[in-house]
Amino acid sequence: MSRPEAEDVEVELFIRALQLRHGYDFSQYTRASFKRRVQNLVSSHGFATIGDLTARVLRDDAFLAPLVAGLSVPVSEMFRNPSVFQALRQEVFPLLASYPHLNVWQAGCAFGEEVYSLAILLEEAGLYDRTQIYATDFNDAALGRAQEGIFPLREARTYSENYLAAGGSGSLADYYHARYEHIKLDERLKRNITFANHNLVADGVFCEPHLILCRNVLIYFTDTLQNRVLGLFRDSLIRGGFLCLGNKETLDFAPVAKDFTAINQRARIFRLAARG
Amino acid sequence: MNAALSQVVALGCSAGGLQALRVVLGGLRPDFPAAVIVVSHTGSEDVEMLVSLLASHSKLKVVEATERRLLLSGTVHVAPSGYHLYVERDQRFSLSVDPKVCFVRPAIDVLFKSAADVFGARLAAVVMTGANDDGALGLQAVRAKGGYAIVQDPLDAQAAVMPAAALRVAGADVICPLGEIAAALNAWCA
Ligand SMILES: C[S@@+](CC[C@H](N)C(=O)[O-])C[C@H]1O[C@@H](n2cnc3c(N)ncnc32)[C@H](O)[C@@H]1O
Repeated sequence: MSRPEAEDVEVELFIRALQLRHGYDFSQYTRASFKRRVQNLVSSHGFATIGDLTARVLRDDAFLAPLVAGLSVPVSEMFRNPSVFQALRQEVFPLLASYPHLNVWQAGCAFGEEVYSLAILLEEAGLYDRTQIYATDFNDAALGRAQEGIFPLREARTYSENYLAAGGSGSLADYYHARYEHIKLDERLKRNITFANHNLVADGVFCEPHLILCRNVLIYFTDTLQNRVLGLFRDSLIRGGFLCLGNKETLDFAPVAKDFTAINQRARIFRLAARG
Repeated sequence: MNAALSQVVALGCSAGGLQALRVVLGGLRPDFPAAVIVVSHTGSEDVEMLVSLLASHSKLKVVEATERRLLLSGTVHVAPSGYHLYVERDQRFSLSVDPKVCFVRPAIDVLFKSAADVFGARLAAVVMTGANDDGALGLQAVRAKGGYAIVQDPLDAQAAVMPAAALRVAGADVICPLGEIAAALNAWCA
């Protein structure tokens, strides 16, 4: 084996420091993109090396929040991959309609783009009044933004197109007010959403959901962590509950996958097999 | 640990890239031994279409680059749109939806840098036609790790900005017209 590069050793030490000093464990994040984000933090904060970043993290507790925000990737859009929302509406909602009360867990909610999309579709399907949605993330800054429900006006066009492609029955503009350079989503959409901090790496089962939406989060995790989180989802879901993953995510490398059946492979919608 | 791939080729292109890819992939010899990775900003949402289009012009097997899958020798792996594509130390792919780089996702820079980290001198990277400067920093990283750099002659490119930026920032081991890139790769892989 050749000797590891200095920078790779620095990444390792940075992860170790965050873990020992602050209890955040990033050791099971896929390394290539994680390293890139660490490098971005180094340059955006004007450090010379990852080692310098690590030194700051060790001494300055106030630096932790911006750091976690920089390592998290709150990049999303409303109705991202519209056909997935279409599939949820057509294939999952009718099955959910038989329950008098519904819990939905959206894990990794970024700035809330996805959770508001879901609320709109549930509203249009006449299910929202009996639904409680839990939107979670480990990035408090993102959760704060999500709670506000304010997005840049320049995104409105894409969001509207996505909404229609998802099978929305009105116009997205029915759900927001545009002011200055922003759109603000209707307060009423928040009435059944609870935003909460939940770290998929460390925290436990949650809320007995009928449906879990966790898209474009597992791609950041190694096989080991992916399997842990899928186990968490399995143990949280009600019997026969649904799990929706991101478009490019596979269960192929997770032993836990055997407990799920694909009901729409393209849309990455799975159902927890009833346990015998 | 997986057996180390002996050679890997990464191709990056943007505007005019489809034609460029057809020519290059079509010119690789049938027993081309390297794993080939393609990032092109062809704007097609549908990677399956791009895969089948390229497959019809290539003697090598063409597949979508799928997260967690191993890179395969003698196979062309095409980056899906909307995601950055990386190579991990264990020679498997990973994806992310991190912010766009150079206004694009997938970005050539992202792939090139991660592949350079893993493969060093066993990597050849190619920058072809394109209308932005994605790929330049990536190619610089490839060369810094001892990799082999091929850039399409900007005068020959449908859009010159990208190869010109790559040459300005990184330089190259080979500068040649599109029609000669496959031969250069065949020779590098000999
Ligand atoms: C790329 S966004 C996905 C947003 C949205 N689900 C979508 O697909 O558009 C990934 C989100 O996962 C969150 N995340 C990453 N690691 C996490 C963890 N360990 N626990 C909870 N959330 C996490 C990030 O903070 C970020 O908001």
